[in-house]
Amino acid sequence: MDFIKNFPFFSIMLSMFCAIVLSVLNRKAAKYMTRIVLGAVVCLSVAVLFFTIQRGESYVYYMGHFPAPWGNEIRFGCLESLFSLFVSLIAFLSVVAGTKAVEDDVEDRKENLFYILVCLMTSSLLAMSYTNDLFTGYVFIEINTIAGCGLIMVRQIGKTTVTAIRYMVISILGSGLFLMGVTLLYTLTGHLLMSNIKESVAELAQSGEYRVQFTIVIGLMLVGLAIKSGLFPFHLWIPDAYGQSNVVSSSLLSSTVSKGYIFLLIKIFVRTIGFDVIKSCGVLYICFTLGVVAMILGSVMALHEKSFRRMIAYSSIAQIGYIYMGIGLGTAAGVAAAVFHIFAHGATKSLLFISSSEFTEGSHTKTIEELKGLGYKYKFSAFCYSVGAFSIVGFPLLAGFVSKLLLGGAAIGHGAMQWIALLALAVSTILNAIYFLRTVIYLFIPDKAEKTDKPDMVPAYSMNCEDYVFGILILVMINLVLGLASGPIINIINNGLDIFS
Amino acid sequence: MWNLIVRHLNDLVAVALFVIGFADLLFQKNMIKKVIGLNVMDSSIYLLLASQGYITGRKAPIITDGVMSAEYYINPIPSGLVLTGIVVSVSVTALLLSMTIRMYKKYHSLDLDYCLMMARGEG
Repeated sequence: MDFIKNFPFFSIMLSMFCAIVLSVLNRKAAKYMTRIVLGAVVCLSVAVLFFTIQRGESYVYYMGHFPAPWGNEIRFGCLESLFSLFVSLIAFLSVVAGTKAVEDDVEDRKENLFYILVCLMTSSLLAMSYTNDLFTGYVFIEINTIAGCGLIMVRQIGKTTVTAIRYMVISILGSGLFLMGVTLLYTLTGHLLMSNIKESVAELAQSGEYRVQFTIVIGLMLVGLAIKSGLFPFHLWIPDAYGQSNVVSSSLLSSTVSKGYIFLLIKIFVRTIGFDVIKSCGVLYICFTLGVVAMILGSVMALHEKSFRRMIAYSSIAQIGYIYMGIGLGTAAGVAAAVFHIFAHGATKSLLFISSSEFTEGSHTKTIEELKGLGYKYKFSAFCYSVGAFSIVGFPLLAGFVSKLLLGGAAIGHGAMQWIALLALAVSTILNAIYFLRTVIYLFIPDKAEKTDKPDMVPAYSMNCEDYVFGILILVMINLVLGLASGPIINIINNGLDIFS
Repeated sequence: MWNLIVRHLNDLVAVALFVIGFADLLFQKNMIKKVIGLNVMDSSIYLLLASQGYITGRKAPIITDGVMSAEYYINPIPSGLVLTGIVVSVSVTALLLSMTIRMYKKYHSLDLDYCLMMARGEG
């Protein structure tokens, strides 16, 4: 059983080596190799998850021979393994369900390059979730940025290059701030390992030294990671990046990459610096305020958007706002709700992006009005898209409902913040309902005018692509599981947060 | 006051360079200037790290004459971090430059705002 302790390391290395090997394979071999490796990573993560739940504690794994203050470490508890399972599962399902979209969008003979980026992204996200060392975290943030940039560029139309450059520039600004924060934290505490930093921060906080410096460090890291995850004032790159790239890239970027940064932020807040210190220096109010503003403004911008894919992208801004609002509440329940929303939104957004591919690729639909009547032609995709839309709006039985319930429950009992949070939740839910149900209604309005001007309607993916059906159905099921069996998952999250610090 | 400035000269210069590089990366329109800004910003952080690791009057962390006590050597970890950081920033710079070449071939301009406008125009 103790052999399982090696699995986190194996899963990181497996996907990284896979990325290297893929560069010499042809497209068909690359496709199957990626699937096998990502599937294997899913299995490894499941094993680690069950192992940590069973033992009820977290483990530290030395990278190299040197113990704590000098060596590099991997640390895993049930929260880390749950997040890794989520990342690898979403990556696996997106790749499987989006096979057709990848074949359409990526240049011939270059598909293996796309799969390299997917593997690199997965391994960097896994490393970000498992690592116990801040500088390692920084290095993998940069690898993730490079992979994300490539994922935007795989669709070779001129404007994706410009979009990717802008994404890269903004991301580099964020990682520069983060690195500055790490450097200053290292000079203040003399450590890079999260557990050691926490001890010395607790000592310094008790003596009351370096208060201003700590606030600066926390601020730098918060702003850096907020820029990279696309929180409200730094969201300008999101609509282009998610709206123009390949659907698989959009789904990976919105549901895993931006969530990886938020997970690292939670790790820094709870594990590295300690939530009490964070609370006392007041940055949580910034989190809360920006989160609330993002929830409302993201939805308003989505409401005004005419392009279908960009509308889904704008809704990501609102959903990132939900997560930051949960963290900003400053309670254990708030952070747990935020973590649950990471999973709920990831599962929903990837379902929405990938099921929308059949409308956008299949019949060259760009605007929301053009969706009219497509629900009858592409029945399966329309059904799955509706499930995703209902989930994100927050219908009972689905994932979005539970996360909104948790966020609302966490907000209660916070004085003034309680009313702001509940009001923002209500307004944002109504706006969500307006713009998502609008697309669902459009899908099922019978289109009287025959689409004669569109002779190149492609037959539905669902007819001739089993991979697509399989991937999408599993994503729908994950949404249902998160909605119906949320109890055990919330338990895992709470236990994970307990042993986190 | 003057003493404080002299003692923390490295840190002050590093922070000043960081601000200059950050502003360059954020506000310059020309991609090459942006890349220069990125490198100034990253180098400033390495300057800060390297100067924090150096302790005046001590030797390079290589055991000489059998002296094992850490009291005689400087802190080697920041140097290692600087090396790692340099590798990261080199790869990011290379990627950004290669994308700039792509953008230039397509739009015949290095101005990011202009190219964004052109790209929007494509619909």
